[in-house]
Amino acid sequence: MINHPILTDNDPQKDTITLNLGPTHPATHGVFQNILEMDGERIVSGVSTIGYIHRAFEKIAEHRPFYQITPLTDRMNYCSSPINNMGWHMTVEKLLNIQTPKRVDYLRVIVMELARISDHLICNGILGVDTGAFSGFLYLMEEREHIYEIYEEICGARLTTNIGRIGGFERDFNDIAFAKIKQFLVKFPPILKEFETLFNRNRIFIERTSGVAAVDPEVALNYSWSGPILRATGVDYDVRVNEPYSSYEDFDFEIPVGTKGDVYDRYIVRNEEMWQSLRIIQQALDKIEKEPKGVFHADVPEFYLPPKEEVYNNMEALIYHFKIVMGEIETPKTEVYHAVEGGNGELGFYLVNDGGRSPYRLHFRRPSFINYQMYAPMSAGMLLSDAILNMSSLNVIAGELDA
Amino acid sequence: MGNLSNQQLVQRLTARFGERITVPTEPFGLLTFGTSAETIEEVLRFLKEDGELKFNYLTDITGIHFPELELSIGVIYHLHSLTNNVRARIKVFIDGNNPKIPTATNLWEGANWMERETYDFFGVIFEGHPNLVRILNVDEMTVFPMRREYPLEDPNRVDKKDYFFGR
Amino acid sequence: MSEVNIVEAPPGIEGSGFFATSMEKVVGLARSHSLWPLPFATSCCGIEFMATMGSHYDFARFGSERPSFSPRQADLLMVMGTIAKKMGPVLKQVYVQMAEPRWVIAVGACASSGGIFDTYSVMQGIDEIIPVDVYVPGCPPRPEAIIDGFTKIQELVRNESLRRRESPEYKELLSRYGIQ
Repeated sequence: MINHPILTDNDPQKDTITLNLGPTHPATHGVFQNILEMDGERIVSGVSTIGYIHRAFEKIAEHRPFYQITPLTDRMNYCSSPINNMGWHMTVEKLLNIQTPKRVDYLRVIVMELARISDHLICNGILGVDTGAFSGFLYLMEEREHIYEIYEEICGARLTTNIGRIGGFERDFNDIAFAKIKQFLVKFPPILKEFETLFNRNRIFIERTSGVAAVDPEVALNYSWSGPILRATGVDYDVRVNEPYSSYEDFDFEIPVGTKGDVYDRYIVRNEEMWQSLRIIQQALDKIEKEPKGVFHADVPEFYLPPKEEVYNNMEALIYHFKIVMGEIETPKTEVYHAVEGGNGELGFYLVNDGGRSPYRLHFRRPSFINYQMYAPMSAGMLLSDAILNMSSLNVIAGELDA
Repeated sequence: MGNLSNQQLVQRLTARFGERITVPTEPFGLLTFGTSAETIEEVLRFLKEDGELKFNYLTDITGIHFPELELSIGVIYHLHSLTNNVRARIKVFIDGNNPKIPTATNLWEGANWMERETYDFFGVIFEGHPNLVRILNVDEMTVFPMRREYPLEDPNRVDKKDYFFGR
Repeated sequence: MSEVNIVEAPPGIEGSGFFATSMEKVVGLARSHSLWPLPFATSCCGIEFMATMGSHYDFARFGSERPSFSPRQADLLMVMGTIAKKMGPVLKQVYVQMAEPRWVIAVGACASSGGIFDTYSVMQGIDEIIPVDVYVPGCPPRPEAIIDGFTKIQELVRNESLRRRESPEYKELLSRYGIQ
């Protein structure tokens, strides 16, 4: 890389221009703004302003019962919404001390890993588009359509899925869903392999991304980074391994870890995570074969709506239905923090409950928000095109940034 | 799964701070204790820099508002020791009319935006913060919306008639 | 011969070597099949739009091969996603920069009316600040619904009178929003 001449203070040519890398990006990344001071092509300093899609999730959550907060969590990281849903359900189950049966855990693992693949597909595809390579993105979007079809079989929606209920799922996965998942496991690996052959050893891609925005692990930990970008710097912190939830300890998978933390490492870590997710889904399918059939929710009549046939015919079911909907159920007055491994990092839910039907305070620990604060200090001294790739590899989802 | 149990952590904390922290509890296995705004910086520094405890990861800083308490606004820190695989939660309650607390940005750079968010929502002033301005809401806003007294909906809305909504 | 469908010619008088019809119909026909959208994607609906642009639903076959991110060269402003009050002035600025004739489509519940976010920070529908032609409901709307909304815009474009943008009714509509 050629070093751009740094002009001294006395030079009459020294003048920085203010560039507004404004809220309306070319579609992909989302609405956040960076006001950059540029010296030619090089960024001298930058200020990030966010909040252009602040929808006050935490305030809304104080006014909604527990089961109505699930659609809210969907819209945080909308590229991998099942992970948010499952994380919220697990937080409430931790609060209420509900044990889910193993089959429910394995079904949840399948859905969460599909969501993780879906999130990484968008991130890597868009990283390709930002370097100028559009075709890889089109191949990957087609694969995302297959994942959407699997979600449709399970819950009926494509993107903002609202999958699952407190205690399990609303209905069992039918045979078509399992068939589609098995077909996905067969059809997707060749496409991912083809995508890798397009990018991994591509001279132009390596020149654009290798060495760009390298980060030290100490600095990354100081800025509270988490997720694939932290693993690319060399720290192997993964919530699925440190504090296993939903029976992740029964699965055999590796955590890919990078060395330099630059954009190329982040890309490779995400690709490798997709391969590991495929491994986990295959193991989950095998494990489900061994579990008793037809179990898709825990036995908690106080929080899981009974089936409608029973509500219309059975007195107990009617009473439970009434109590759940009208909020007459007692919940413990305590606080709980639960973290899951989202597509971008540690997604945490801090729930303070006062015994009623809505939380007293619900706070989302959003990885995109915390990862993004390092962007402005990091981009000082970079070329503009490198800064764009840096932003794209951080995978900042605007819905999660502003919540 | 950690090699530092909550018991050992409580022992180290009470040995060092004694009366200046409240009695630790463990809701769902996560050690929780409280302290005051004067002691918080020392507590955080001790937890981060001690050779055995090594709480080098700041998970989150957030706020909470209990209007009926005397010290109504609380600032809540979640810390995590990656090497020992142990979490801790520290709660600091401060006066709601004049909420001030020292900043944690000297210890962790990541506290910067977390404290700005808490200021934006609750009005907590973090003394020593390099740039304490609003981050998520519009800059001209004068109220702190997450406090309990403020409504969820926009009060200036003209097209939503209470009559049709049963109010 | 290929299987490509060509759109039908408008009604007119035909002869050997000439075809007479009204200017409006020809211009409407040409415009409706070559609308360049400006994808103003803020949140989840933007991801559904990316799926619509992908190869499965293929938005480009309607003539929108080039999504323009510069307002000066765009015909259709597609607002997809929640617009917060902080974003409102930015949206209005982008709309004002577009050249006539311009159309606006509000994709999704949040752009149409605020959606599920009835809060202090979300604008309850973009028609508080800019005039909207077509609303596509859904949260998020399926790609088929977005294409259906786009087809309705094509209807509007095809049948629009050439003089509409100078008419006093249109000027009065814009002045209600404070746009010159």
